[in-house]
Amino acid sequence: MMATFLPRVWSGFGAVLVLTILTVTAPARADLNLDLTHGTIQPIPIAVTPFFGTSDTGQRLASVVSADLERSGYFRPVDPTAFVQDPAALQGVPRFADWKLLQAQALVTGAAAVQPDGQLRVEFRLWDVVAEQQLTGLAFMSTPDNWRRVAHKVADAIFKRITGVNGYFDSRIVYIAESGPALKRQKRLAIMDQDGERHQFLTNDNTLVLTPRFSPNSQEITYLSYYGGKPRVYLFNIETGRQQVLGDFPGMTYAPRFSPDGGKVIMSLSGGANSNIYTLDLQTRHQTQLTDGPSIDTSASYSPDGRQIAFESDRGGTQQIYVMNADGSGLKRISFGAGRYGGPVWSPTGEYIAFTKLAGGRFAIGVIHPDGSGERTLVEAYHAEGPTWAPNGRVLMFFREGSSADGRGKSASLFAVNLFGGNERRVTTPVDASDPAWSPLLP
Amino acid sequence: MYLKVLSLFAAVVLMAACSSTPKDTGNANGAGLGNNGLSTGAGTGAVRPGTQEDLAANVGDRVFFLYDRSDLTPEGRATIDRQANWLKQYSQLTVTIEGHCDERGTREYNIGLGNRRATAVKNYLTALGISPNRVAIISYGKERPAVVGDTEESFAQNRRGVTVVN
Repeated sequence: MMATFLPRVWSGFGAVLVLTILTVTAPARADLNLDLTHGTIQPIPIAVTPFFGTSDTGQRLASVVSADLERSGYFRPVDPTAFVQDPAALQGVPRFADWKLLQAQALVTGAAAVQPDGQLRVEFRLWDVVAEQQLTGLAFMSTPDNWRRVAHKVADAIFKRITGVNGYFDSRIVYIAESGPALKRQKRLAIMDQDGERHQFLTNDNTLVLTPRFSPNSQEITYLSYYGGKPRVYLFNIETGRQQVLGDFPGMTYAPRFSPDGGKVIMSLSGGANSNIYTLDLQTRHQTQLTDGPSIDTSASYSPDGRQIAFESDRGGTQQIYVMNADGSGLKRISFGAGRYGGPVWSPTGEYIAFTKLAGGRFAIGVIHPDGSGERTLVEAYHAEGPTWAPNGRVLMFFREGSSADGRGKSASLFAVNLFGGNERRVTTPVDASDPAWSPLLP
Repeated sequence: MYLKVLSLFAAVVLMAACSSTPKDTGNANGAGLGNNGLSTGAGTGAVRPGTQEDLAANVGDRVFFLYDRSDLTPEGRATIDRQANWLKQYSQLTVTIEGHCDERGTREYNIGLGNRRATAVKNYLTALGISPNRVAIISYGKERPAVVGDTEESFAQNRRGVTVVN
């Protein structure tokens, strides 16, 4: 048995420790796997059985794992009422014939128990029903109230084993919760798990806030606040609730994002009629100006290696996307299609830049390679805006805005869509929602 | 976990308490004044001179812009001419110019565009002899529309610079 010990990092959301990799003796044969490089996929039928144990935690774990996998569009959970083998019987090698009858290609079994020291121990095994072999097995330790994160980590492990691509389920969303009349919309920061659970409002509704973005360690949020009637970039510490203005700039600051190493925040500063891009070093508080001209330069986003910056500028007449080196040199325009291109966001894998496009009175969410090739539209609507990337770069979240149900105001909601424009799903929030930002995978 | 949740909300309550003490009604709540659509209202005897209502009813508190533009129209310049005269008459007043956009732009670009529109109004007021110290600007982007709707007509009303008495 191999043991893998990961450093225990305090995440602010409760720590999950990956204890061991459970192995079996059966030799590897033909593998069950799924190719994610194409637009249309046949979802894999998977049976996620309740995790064996004395409490109802095992059932709840299975429900969260199953819902994660289903929502991805790459899996089709088998109806649990058809299961023949019970969780106790599944603690050994499964009776594969039973699961073949249900047409399951993959099977998840597991166990969950609170240890004498009060820690919750969860283990699971993923089986290839056709090849009759174990594909992977892991055990996790955490506090019992942290069971949802454990379930997401199980789903991430299953996703990775079958698709070969990292999962994205153990992650969070920060967004703007909207309420009140359209002419005086109240907006506040809210945070939730990627599946909409564990929802919390972070600010009150007295101050207009916009465009939150996570720090690389998911502990801080940078955002625009109109506190005191002055629009400026702020930092919100999730653990302490402390909010602070970032930098001492002579004008309005907006459109903030962290650098990939978390050491800087990049943002726009207004000066006269123009807006230019600056960075603020969070340690030294040193300000660096990166663009300079009679234009609106905004929505700056670093490449994941920190070496380049994508941003939008109307220096050529209308909003277009440009890429430059991190020191401001080597400027290059990359969008040339019809319409206006705004809000570039570099994907975590580095291979795409997502954007919001306006053409012919319509909005579209699209992606383009950093060299300007391979542009494609994922969603077209009046009005879709503000893409953000899942940690694995395979799913994007954005918001749609339209007339409210009573026709007298506006209503906004979050949606997720895959990189090929498929599997669009609404993300449920307690109130209207816009400006989503996806965290990296939690530690 | 529960402690953490508590600490978040405690911080929020503190912020709320602070924000009610300083007086910044001219900026934050001024948007409400500007949203009343008073610009076309008939000047009645009830309006006190030298107030926002006076400006809106008898002078014109707002100018409008074309799509994705920040240059002043002839009508806009005429309105600001009157605003400058009014501000010379009430020389004790200071104002904030709010720059607004219609919803057909990305959120962040519209914040930049609203700033550019507010700056255009301020620059013209300054050129007409109003001290720049009396004129602050703020951009609301597309966050504070004057009217709801996705028709060309409502967009036109939302692309505006509103002069708000502090």
